[in-house]
Amino acid sequence: MSSYAIETVDLNFKFGNQVVVKDLSLQVPKGSIYGFLGPNGAGKTTTIKILLNLLKSPTDSVFVFGKEINHNRIAILKKVGALVEQPAIYGHLTGKENLINRCILLGISKTKANEMLQLVDLTAAANKKTKEYSLGMKQRLGIALALISDPELLLLDEPTNGLDPNGIIEIRNLMVELATKYQKTILVSSHLLAEIERVATHVGIINKGSLLFQGTISALQQLNKPILEIVVNDGPGAAAFLRGNGFEVLANDESVVSVPFTSPGDSGKINTILIQQGFIVTALYQQKKDLEDLFLEITKNN
Amino acid sequence: MRSLYISMVSEFYKSRKTLAFWAAILLPAIICSLIAFGFYHDAEKILKLNYPPMALWGRYSGNALGVMGMLILPFYVIFMAFSINNIEHKNDTWKTLFAQPLNRFSIYAAKYLYAVLTIFICLFLFAALTVAFGHLLEFLIPRYHFSAYNPVPILCKYYAKIFLSSLGILSLQFVFSLLWSDFLKPMGIGFVGVIMGIITANVGWKYAYFIPYSHPTLALRITSTAKKAGNPLDFPVFTSEIISSLIYATLLFIIGYIIVSKKSIK
Ligand SMILES: Nc1ncnc2c1ncn2[C@@H]1O[C@H](COP(=O)(O)OP(=O)(O)OP(=O)(O)O)[C@@H](O)[C@H]1O
Ligand SMILES: [Mg+2]
Repeated sequence: MSSYAIETVDLNFKFGNQVVVKDLSLQVPKGSIYGFLGPNGAGKTTTIKILLNLLKSPTDSVFVFGKEINHNRIAILKKVGALVEQPAIYGHLTGKENLINRCILLGISKTKANEMLQLVDLTAAANKKTKEYSLGMKQRLGIALALISDPELLLLDEPTNGLDPNGIIEIRNLMVELATKYQKTILVSSHLLAEIERVATHVGIINKGSLLFQGTISALQQLNKPILEIVVNDGPGAAAFLRGNGFEVLANDESVVSVPFTSPGDSGKINTILIQQGFIVTALYQQKKDLEDLFLEITKNN
Repeated sequence: MRSLYISMVSEFYKSRKTLAFWAAILLPAIICSLIAFGFYHDAEKILKLNYPPMALWGRYSGNALGVMGMLILPFYVIFMAFSINNIEHKNDTWKTLFAQPLNRFSIYAAKYLYAVLTIFICLFLFAALTVAFGHLLEFLIPRYHFSAYNPVPILCKYYAKIFLSSLGILSLQFVFSLLWSDFLKPMGIGFVGVIMGIITANVGWKYAYFIPYSHPTLALRITSTAKKAGNPLDFPVFTSEIISSLIYATLLFIIGYIIVSKKSIK
């Protein structure tokens, strides 16, 4: 059990009558970057709030570092840094003052504030009131606040929301560095698989409160079957011909026919019979469906 | 205890640039200096009345006490209660505040104590500045015999009583502001409450002491009648409105905590 940084056991949560989290059994291994994916309203933020004990969970359903959350709230929160939805910052204080305030609350040295400003590239705006910050600057400050206590577990709810491409890359690199160099565990939520597939080691996909997939990123990729696309002069004709010869055709338009990719040999065979039949094949290639499409498929089917 | 201390320090750090905090210092500074200026300006007229030192202090400090206790203090208390919670509502920071590794009760109690402490500071400054400006007046116009009477004990007693009488309002408004994130509801209720409180207290309604908003006016009114009888120091502090105020404060402090601990931070 304690090899998980986060473990939830059949977690259920309701807002009034609406079930928002349903039999959720998250397993976030220590040291992983766990991509927590789901469309709008899936229950990602709600789950993160439960993990922070901001929303009350039933006893013995949420464990962080092996400890039950309701009974070990303070001990757990000491090891957790979080960014939930919009960063919570005091608009009338400067960026630096916001960080210093957090240092006061955490009882840590105020020199940490400058370190964090540097880390998220806000040193130049340190003494500006945060209500005058841009969206991305606020987000950076939010990330700095989450990191300031040097937590073992980071809960980041859509951290790249509002960041420019450079900022997104920086945050990605930062996450990888934190996980690999400092063995931090990071749970990062997102709508877009593409956004985190390059950094995540594990993925959990949630829709309408239920977990649809959970596993390593490569396990997800294995779900993803490759496709052979054939560019021909007569798409509909070729599709009909292949069907007639016992091949499965996934789709076709005027010039492209898609069939499941099975092996290079089969691809060659298809090519040969098409040519023999007088079709002009101008290209034939293996296409891996975008993980994003797979993600859409998984969330749509439920 | 550490949690509570840390939370208090943070409350002061967060609010040190807000109007609510500065008002605690500016209100007494402005009002006391205005009154002192009035006494300086109208010195001839006032000196002609030939007050003995004690009555002079009474006349002089009564101005600040009256204005303060009746009107400014209740409104300030209402604004303070609003401001201390609004800082979190406005910035949507409740969620981070309660995600810190601090005891929930400490976070809540620190906010409440911060408000109590600021009001205490405000009233303390009123008393201190009243005394200080009195002596300053004598320094400027030596014919004012302020130093012939020591007003500190009686002022302390008055202001202590006003302070206690404001705790009921503070706690009630604190809960309102905790519940509602908007400006209008708590401020509106507070405003109507204060007007009602002043009226019920002044018409001498028997049960006025059940209304927290009338406590400061009641506290002042009763003491001003007691003042006429013999020794001016000889008035009771723990009158029915003060006891009522303290009971309200205790109950509402507990209710507020129940709200905070039950309330899931959405
Ligand atoms: N305070 C609340 N009161 C009632 N219902 C709520 C509350 N907060 C969220 N919900 C509901 O819970 C569901 C999940 O919301 P949640 O914010 O967890 O989604 P999410 O996955 O974070 O979505 P998004 O990607 O849009 O941020 C939604 O149907 C939402 O309407
Ligand atoms: Mg969300």
